[in-house]
Amino acid sequence: MSRPQIIEDASAKPETSPLPASESGDPGREITDRTLQARFRKRLLSAEHEFSLQVDFAAEPGFSILFGPSGAGKTTLLDCVAGLALPDAGRIAVNNRVLFDGEARLNLPVAKRQVGYDFQDLALFPHLNAKQNVAYGLAHLSRTARRQRALAVLDALRIAHLSQRRPAEISGGERQRVALARALVTDPSVLLLDEPLAALDAGTKSRILDDLRQWNQAHRIPILYVTHSREEVFALGERVLVLDNGQIIAQGTPHEVLSAPQHETVAQLAGFENIFDARVEALHAERGTMTCRLATSGTDSLQHAKLELETPLVRAEVGTQLRVGIRAGDILLAVVPPVGLSARNIIAGRLVSLEQRDVIVRARINCGVKMEVHLTLAARDALQLHPGRDVWLVIKTHSCHLMAN
Amino acid sequence: MSIDWQAFWLTLELAAVVSAILFALGLPIAYWIAFSRWRWKFLVEAALALPIVLPPTVLGFYVLLALGSRSPLGRWWQSLTGHTLAFTFAGLVIGSILYSLPFAVQPLAASFSSVDRKLMAASATLGASPFRTFSRMVLPLSVPGLITGVALSFAHTMGEFGVVLMVGGNIPGVTRTVSIDIYDKVQTSNYSAANETALLLLVLAFAILSFVYAVNRKVWIIGPAR
Repeated sequence: MSRPQIIEDASAKPETSPLPASESGDPGREITDRTLQARFRKRLLSAEHEFSLQVDFAAEPGFSILFGPSGAGKTTLLDCVAGLALPDAGRIAVNNRVLFDGEARLNLPVAKRQVGYDFQDLALFPHLNAKQNVAYGLAHLSRTARRQRALAVLDALRIAHLSQRRPAEISGGERQRVALARALVTDPSVLLLDEPLAALDAGTKSRILDDLRQWNQAHRIPILYVTHSREEVFALGERVLVLDNGQIIAQGTPHEVLSAPQHETVAQLAGFENIFDARVEALHAERGTMTCRLATSGTDSLQHAKLELETPLVRAEVGTQLRVGIRAGDILLAVVPPVGLSARNIIAGRLVSLEQRDVIVRARINCGVKMEVHLTLAARDALQLHPGRDVWLVIKTHSCHLMAN
Repeated sequence: MSIDWQAFWLTLELAAVVSAILFALGLPIAYWIAFSRWRWKFLVEAALALPIVLPPTVLGFYVLLALGSRSPLGRWWQSLTGHTLAFTFAGLVIGSILYSLPFAVQPLAASFSSVDRKLMAASATLGASPFRTFSRMVLPLSVPGLITGVALSFAHTMGEFGVVLMVGGNIPGVTRTVSIDIYDKVQTSNYSAANETALLLLVLAFAILSFVYAVNRKVWIIGPAR
């Protein structure tokens, strides 16, 4: 199946750039790769707490994923780039075009920033049909050019057949495509997407992302994509910025950032159900491992349990405090003492509780610390697990991820 | 037939002129009320709402003073036209505009304010100026509010009495409106004639209000697309 390329043909795209050249300050921007550079801070006072957003990052063409828990400041960050929120200080620019500069007291109005913004709740104009929604940002073009371009983008996003329908008359996925088309048609120099696909099923989501990716191969602009879904981070690949409490606490490829998290917040976001304080007990440089003693989680004073784990060797000394993260899905569970395994950590414990969530079973095991283990329904039934049963946990050395404390 | 048709048509004319002017005047005022962040805005809002609570005679009295030959406005008008504004149709229009202003502005401002701010933000990111955002997005989404504002100011002007009496007096064909006519008829114990005219006003007022509520009810049935 050949998919239509999202490349606007020459007739649909007049020489005039969406805004006068004097605004863009960069006449060659049709072909240049654009990079967003943002370094700013903004204090927000809410009823509950004072919150400060302070970021410094560059976003190259392609997806940059803003990942973080809700309340981390992701939407505020986007609002600052779009001009809907005013930073206290800093500088935001796309290549040489300055959008905001606190020192120079420059704050380009929202309407002149050429920033495409796909809002979390879409914000489609309810009184306009799909085509009118898309053409809304093309006021500077002639009626014919406007029509042609709107239809070209609707076509590229496979919603040309819905052009006469109003937002209330189409499905969620289609609505999302209209919102995306509306943002893309203006040929923005940066695209901001605020959890745009959160409400869609996986298939619809990935088809829209494919189309968006294809569009961006022709346009080469930075796309800031906000999400709090781990799956989306891995699906989009490229680059991820982890935002927590207003700060970027990690950045890199999803694999770098999420598979071996350096930070506890990242670890929680990345799905490490088991995170323990630990102390290095012994180094085994020759084996490339070390022994860590776990502390009972949830207490302020570190009471060190008897439990020791063999973990990968990191730069640390005996007595160093650090954290160990273990994914619940990485732990094997046995009902008899296992023998003849390569795994270095075999821990005896007692099953405390079983809880079914969808198709996985969350087992809680007390083995000096509380450990969460994920099992399949079949495994639960085959092993005839029930609370109170003695079990053994098997954890590979490299399933233990070490983080700075 | 004992309805004074001259007074009736004069009243309709007054209401039409006043609601047309109020529509033009109310748009910018309501826009300002809805979107200004000026900290003393509440004072302006309170002043605009005054005609709702003031006795019409109080309002009419001050309008009369303002229009009279002792006030700057009155003198200016007199030097321009050779006669005073008081006891003329133009004077009546001015008094009625003030009297019905909140009935035009409040529905407009309320419907402007209820437009989702996210939509306005979206409009701005699409390069639209505030004026374009207003004309292409806020106004179309406020149609029920516009209709309500015009209809209420029309109906309210039709039914006014105190201000008309103070400012316009009772000059047939010039300032004698239906409500004054009814008062006259009652004064002369012509109850059946008063009843006919009063009934006509009652039916008209009910029809206009039903229209207003029907228009606004429609909004609830269709609802803004989400």
